[in-house]
Amino acid sequence: MLNNKLELFFKKNIEIVILFAILLLILFSITVLTGGKFLKAYSLEAMAFQMPLLGLFALAQLIPMLTGGIDLSIISTANLCGIITALILTKLNTWYAIYIAIFLGLISALLVGIFNGLIISYVGVPPIIATLGSMILVKGVSLAITKGYVISGFPDNFLFIGNGYLLGIPVPFVIFVLFNLIIAIILYKTTLGISIYMVGSNPLATLFSGINNKKVLFKSYLVSSFISGIASLVMISRFNAAQADYGGSFLLLTVLICVLGGVSPSGGFGRVLGVFISVTILQIIGTGFNLLGLSSHLSNALWGIILIFVIALNKLYSRIR
Amino acid sequence: MKIFFKKEYFKRNEFYIFVVLIVLSLILTLINPTFLTFNNIFDLLRNNSFLGILALGELIVLISGGIDVSFTAITTVSQYIMGLIITSYYLDNIFLTFLIPIPIGIILGLINAVIIYLTKVHPVIITIATLNIYYGLLIFFTGGKWMYSFPPSFTNFAYIKVFQISTPEGITGLSIFTLFWFLLAILTWVILRYSPIGRKIYAYGGNAEAARRAGFNILNIHLFIYGYMGLLSGIAGFVHAQLGQIIQPNAIVGQELDVIAAVILGGASISGGSGSVLGTILGVLLFAVIKNGLILMKLPSYWHQVVVGLIIAIAASFTAYQSKMKNKRMVKIDVE
Repeated sequence: MLNNKLELFFKKNIEIVILFAILLLILFSITVLTGGKFLKAYSLEAMAFQMPLLGLFALAQLIPMLTGGIDLSIISTANLCGIITALILTKLNTWYAIYIAIFLGLISALLVGIFNGLIISYVGVPPIIATLGSMILVKGVSLAITKGYVISGFPDNFLFIGNGYLLGIPVPFVIFVLFNLIIAIILYKTTLGISIYMVGSNPLATLFSGINNKKVLFKSYLVSSFISGIASLVMISRFNAAQADYGGSFLLLTVLICVLGGVSPSGGFGRVLGVFISVTILQIIGTGFNLLGLSSHLSNALWGIILIFVIALNKLYSRIR
Repeated sequence: MKIFFKKEYFKRNEFYIFVVLIVLSLILTLINPTFLTFNNIFDLLRNNSFLGILALGELIVLISGGIDVSFTAITTVSQYIMGLIITSYYLDNIFLTFLIPIPIGIILGLINAVIIYLTKVHPVIITIATLNIYYGLLIFFTGGKWMYSFPPSFTNFAYIKVFQISTPEGITGLSIFTLFWFLLAILTWVILRYSPIGRKIYAYGGNAEAARRAGFNILNIHLFIYGYMGLLSGIAGFVHAQLGQIIQPNAIVGQELDVIAAVILGGASISGGSGSVLGTILGVLLFAVIKNGLILMKLPSYWHQVVVGLIIAIAASFTAYQSKMKNKRMVKIDVE
């Protein structure tokens, strides 16, 4: 009885199980290689500060990917939001400046989401081209606002978002876990979430079952841009600066993280837990290599190799089955 | 004479880009007469030959229904290894130098092809992974130092002109790299238009399943597509090093989306099956003219990005709208 249940669990969650095994393997080897230095409090703390940034961007990428699309504009959106927030924070010197700054920053991110959503769902432009256009456009706008300069020096209560502690846990990590839960609830428990999965796996069948595909697509790009905005708040607070081209190298990594986490590039499949584990794997490799004094470029290369390995493993498993 | 005025020509994507290009050039000339000088035009063609060559490779990949983002890493790797060989062995022979990056590019392209064929995962994912692998390993093993003192033959080659004309501003001419670009364009056109593999690529991009059932060797098609992209990346690596006379490993990676944007603007469909060499050249030229025009108008370079982004959004919306209208008409006929 228990065996049957266990077998069923493994069969249903095989991708998560494989991923978790890889996580343990990497955790073990990094711990052995660094001679236990890795499990010390300071390196775990450093991880808890660094991981949320990439993790939030990966969540922003997850939702469009579930619909079978992609959002190339997440980093540009985040930088625009960061710049608007930073400008208001540095120009306005009142106690409520921080709230206005965050509010208007998130509004600017949502505007990009509305733009993406409109041309993808209502005009029918393929997501990869539409968001490629908005990525370049929004980056241009950010550059035009800042003229390429860095805006820095934020008030202490804003720096709390990226550097503070809540009950001894780094605030960015708390935000990251919170958004994992929120996205999980949206995806698994709401009509929008279920519709997102349906649109991703079979748009035509979804349309004929009476769901407004366009609305679903529109909302998914809106959610994506909102999370980009949140990621940007963490980012500029952590760096204590905002600029038009921060985090450019994150863009393609977010796609990789999602795919490694079991998200199908053609849409319809993928879970928040998978993305969470895959971000953790990346961060362990990054921090571990850093402790070992190895180049971050090597960890990028290893990251690519692991991805292809996991894809091959999943392929092999599905063939055996 | 009649053949030049066929009605279909006006319906084609290339026609619209051509019109936009002409109108834009006229406006720019009115604002700044230096735009339409031989000097400027030849410079424009020379400096964009690098992007132009890469765009030709990406065109073939897009026609097949795939996408390749790892070509910038392939270009960097082949260029860097070429630089290492010619500086450490002081290889003073331009022909041999030219031959170094090509096999490296082809091999890396073939690796892409094999992985994509075996895993059957969307090429964008595989090539993002290989982009990280190629580039990461290169920087890890070489340290990524810049290189700038090359043998004389390497330096002199950059100034070769195919023909020269004298203008009031001085002597100018068509650069050898522009010739490279156009020759490769003709080669690509011939492959796509007249060779069996070219027709197979269109067929595979139009409907992969139908092509498979018709008995096409899918592995061969993949090997050709990504191998060709690798070949062009190798040549582009040579051209890029020549144009700047400097090899910086971080100069090219990050430009992949610019190239893809130019090809898509040139009318290639992201879902495969359509696209033309002429359109791709016009797409690259359109981007080049916008960039050049903004510089001549003395506008800060960041406006370039706003304009390019807007053009992509408008062009893509226009294409989507057109195909929507076409579908509507088709449905009507179906019902009747």
